[in-house]
Amino acid sequence: MAENTRIVKNATCTFCGCVCDDMELTVDLDKKVITKAKNACVLGRAWFAEHQIDDRPVAMIDGKEAPLEEAIEEAAQVLVNAKFPITYGLSDTTCEAQKQAVAISDIIRGTIDTTTSVCHGPSGLAFQDIGESTSTLGEVKNRADLVIYWGGNPAESHPRHFRYSVTPKGMFIPNGKKDRTVVMIDVRKTPSAPVADILIQVKPGKDFELLWALRALVKGRKVDPQIQVMTGVPLETMTDLVERMKNCRFGVLFFGMGLTMTRGRHFNSGALLALATDLNEFTHFVAKPVRGHGNVTGADNVVSWQTGYPFGVNFSRGFPRFNPGEFTTVDTLTRGDADAALIIASDPASNFPKAAIEHLKKIPVISLDTKETSTSKLSHVAFATSTYGINTAGTVYRMDDVPIPLRPAFESPYPGDEEILFAIKKRVHELILSKCGATGATGEARVASKLML
Amino acid sequence: MASTLRFVNGRVYDPANNIDGEVRDICIKNGKVVDSLPDDTPSIDASGMVIMPGGVDIHSHIAGPKVNLARKLQPEDHRHDPHPGTNFTRSGSGGTVPSTFATGYRYATLGYTTVMEAAVTPIGALHTVEELHDTPVIDKGFYLLLGNNIYLQTLLKEGRHDEFKQAVGWWINKTKAYTAKLVNPGGDEPWKGKRNSNVTDIDEKSDLLNISPRDVIEAFVKTVNELGLPHPPHIHCNNLGHSGNYKTTLETMKTAGDLRMHLAHIQFHSYGGEPGKNPDSKAVEIAEYVNTHPNITCDVGQVMFGKSTIMTADAPLAYLLRGFKKGKWVNADAECESGCGILPFSYQEHVFTHALQWAIGLELFLLSEDPWRIMLSTDHPNGGSFMSYPKLIRLLMDKEFRKEEIGKVNQKAIAKTNLPSLDREYTLNEIAIISRAAPARALNLKHKGQLGPGADADITIYDDQEDKEMMFNAPRYVIKSGEMVIEDHEFRNDYYGKILHSAPEFDEEISEDIRPFFEKYYSIEFENYGVADHYLHEHEIIPRVSS
Amino acid sequence: MTETMILIPGRSSKQGTSLNKGKLKEEYIDVTSILEMNMDDMTRLKLKDGDEVRISNEIGSAVVRCKGRKPDDLPSGVLFIAYGPPSSELMDGDTAGSGMPLSKHMQVKIEKVAA
Ligand code: SF4
Ligand SMILES: [Zn+2]
Repeated sequence: MAENTRIVKNATCTFCGCVCDDMELTVDLDKKVITKAKNACVLGRAWFAEHQIDDRPVAMIDGKEAPLEEAIEEAAQVLVNAKFPITYGLSDTTCEAQKQAVAISDIIRGTIDTTTSVCHGPSGLAFQDIGESTSTLGEVKNRADLVIYWGGNPAESHPRHFRYSVTPKGMFIPNGKKDRTVVMIDVRKTPSAPVADILIQVKPGKDFELLWALRALVKGRKVDPQIQVMTGVPLETMTDLVERMKNCRFGVLFFGMGLTMTRGRHFNSGALLALATDLNEFTHFVAKPVRGHGNVTGADNVVSWQTGYPFGVNFSRGFPRFNPGEFTTVDTLTRGDADAALIIASDPASNFPKAAIEHLKKIPVISLDTKETSTSKLSHVAFATSTYGINTAGTVYRMDDVPIPLRPAFESPYPGDEEILFAIKKRVHELILSKCGATGATGEARVASKLML
Repeated sequence: MASTLRFVNGRVYDPANNIDGEVRDICIKNGKVVDSLPDDTPSIDASGMVIMPGGVDIHSHIAGPKVNLARKLQPEDHRHDPHPGTNFTRSGSGGTVPSTFATGYRYATLGYTTVMEAAVTPIGALHTVEELHDTPVIDKGFYLLLGNNIYLQTLLKEGRHDEFKQAVGWWINKTKAYTAKLVNPGGDEPWKGKRNSNVTDIDEKSDLLNISPRDVIEAFVKTVNELGLPHPPHIHCNNLGHSGNYKTTLETMKTAGDLRMHLAHIQFHSYGGEPGKNPDSKAVEIAEYVNTHPNITCDVGQVMFGKSTIMTADAPLAYLLRGFKKGKWVNADAECESGCGILPFSYQEHVFTHALQWAIGLELFLLSEDPWRIMLSTDHPNGGSFMSYPKLIRLLMDKEFRKEEIGKVNQKAIAKTNLPSLDREYTLNEIAIISRAAPARALNLKHKGQLGPGADADITIYDDQEDKEMMFNAPRYVIKSGEMVIEDHEFRNDYYGKILHSAPEFDEEISEDIRPFFEKYYSIEFENYGVADHYLHEHEIIPRVSS
Repeated sequence: MTETMILIPGRSSKQGTSLNKGKLKEEYIDVTSILEMNMDDMTRLKLKDGDEVRISNEIGSAVVRCKGRKPDDLPSGVLFIAYGPPSSELMDGDTAGSGMPLSKHMQVKIEKVAA
């Protein structure tokens, strides 16, 4: 062991939505690296090992190193002078930073959207139509005797999800996995398949049809055996699954982006949520989207409590309006509406549709990221920030809306997202006030205060 | 902002100090009310105005996991009611579950300066504190859901009463809560573990733990009093909403003996009739019991017609209500601690049950002999939004208006009540009691709900108007902790209120008893649970009271 | 020879770990350019592991290397790729009013790139 070593217990991995908070980190404080992350999965280990201190300028303007204050000034100027500024990202940062980002959008009358819109956004829309019977993961651990995964591959995307849902012994599940039946429904046999007692392979793009047939069966309706031709799933398999669902004591349906990103989108999520709701006539049944990024659930929560809506929110009229398809980022970029973008902890330039990326290249982009990305490379102003959970404290929400405080491992020379966003917020507020000629003590006093703005 | 302020010639209603409409000056210095100020202090003329302490809401749902789910659930509820920002206040959206900023500002525009969030799971306490930080102007606190806590119930089953007390103390401290809240005690386990069933009798023993709801209630009444929490256990009885439930309510109150107990939204618990059949009113019986038992306080939970949102830790009840329209519905189980149900709802004048609920609430207000113990609430947003308080006040103060309104609703329902024969009109002094002085007293907030020297300068000043709904809808001045937040009906300043909480003494050893249970049955780490001190920002610990 | 197939981009472990190193690093670029394909389909199209294929639709096209999967694991006519720059090339910006581009289940043409 190195001389200057520190152990951080109960630290949290923020790489995926599982937000495992049982990490024991061994930190080499001299080298500023995490040498060991006990309890982490392969993705978590990579997350901790790879977030070292890069040697990058803290701020760059047009690819050239710039003093931080200058970069903040430039960012603020770009944002207040834009007609349709958008803010995007936010799923890989703390709630504290997310709050600052919403405040900026409110002040500049811009648009705010998070990576939710391109992951479980459709599930958010379905939620607004159907609601959701759900639970925290501890209740799944304690009670679920039937666990169904639909359109997800947790073994590769959320490797430790099973510690909540499959393997643990719980209050009413004394023998752990032996007391549970695990079902996987997917278009392909994924590396998660070995966990399952029952595998059901559905034809690509036919999830909705399968879900709807299951709903019909739950309600006691007849279903044409020809359904197999359409969905690839025999009627007997469906009937058997329905019996299991109705007769379990506590059932759970976890669903992934295999439902939301494919044909049917929010209709798929909605059908699944409705199926879980229907089953409550027979037994206790819950459903839960398996959320991706570390704090995407926090982003949904913060944007919702501050604006009333979870994502895709526009402030151009001085109050929040919500309209997916209009104010969501893929759309504002593809249509060419956005004339400036503030991108926080996200890399749309590498994973958005081509047309959106093309527009991003044409407008001034301000980015905050811990690493160099395609987005930071095309940015007009690029800030290098420290990593949440590794260098920065704050709060994150696990996929089941449970808040967890972070315990950073070592200090970074780079500022956190919250710090930079706070500085930008202060400056845009000053600029807006002087632009609209607001005078008097009140307005000015506000700027320096700890109040809501 | 000026740190001194004087209002002259206003009519002051300060029931806690026996001031009933006297014309006198109110002086403010450094956030507090003071006896007098030097003569050269600039003053504001309040002639023709009514001065009251800032409103105190003892039971409302404004922040935390369930509130946020209800917000997310209803874009349609926000769309028609935007809340624009100003140069120094944030924007938001309204409806029955407004965004956090809109919640704080709108309470302020009604002259309310303190609000208690009435139901928070311990695991959701941190989320609640984060939202309360974003709820401007008002001071705020929250009640902690402990009535279905499996660890605590296990202690009761094992007869470990001292450990029970220590553990309640631990939980209140750990989460920075105000007091314990019980919701349908004993109802969670059958809901989550026995195919969505429920308890129906206060003396029914659970198969799992062999204790009854009454055992739980008794234990909390005793413990909370022993711990000296500033507010007694805040109880949502079993059988909410069911015909014939008034018996459960009476039995619940009897369980208190002569110890302090607060009954939440008692209107929802005052129904006669046979279970499963149409209800009738038992307001007389309930009011009679409350009138004659000074240890009991309650809030009404008035139903107001129009859109509401049901949000409750009573998950079986929400599911039952969902059954009527089969519309969207949320259920959210919190591990080892609570259930939760949410659905959009609407109360309609022509519907028998809704009209009956409305009438029973009014009966309870009008039959109350001691306004200090039956307080104003709509169980926001369950019975209706807090934004309907001004209309409710007019219903209480103006019998002609009330008569008109009675004429508009289902008459079969009215026939089941004594409402038409109740002529009482609340005075301004009584309104000041049920909406500020009484809740402050029930919460043991000694510096609130009154305007004596040393009181917090949380003050509301209304133009005296004939139409009390108009009057209470738009105070001319609202002062929070000495800051002029609203002046001439307009926001002049933002303000950041504080979190009010308790910190009872308890034996730290208990955490070593909770830890193994926690590690076995929870899904987060013990060390990461609760609300750490640094999350508090502005806060105040309300001292222990001796009963 | 060209055929029309269904492309399903998704996450993989390797994509996840390499992402932490940096999206501009070789490893990530590598992982996101491997196309998994049903072995029988590969035989039919005269492809072997490591061969370059062009996948394209009306939006764009990308050249990736293919890798066989047992027919049990990946049905005939279905292709899998880890999210990354190549999958972006094929993604339609139209979200049909949902905010979500169709990111899985894309119809693509597949053809061998002449060596
Ligand atoms: S499952 Fe997710 S949160 Fe847990 S250690 Fe792995 S990457 Fe981190
Ligand atoms: Zn309530």
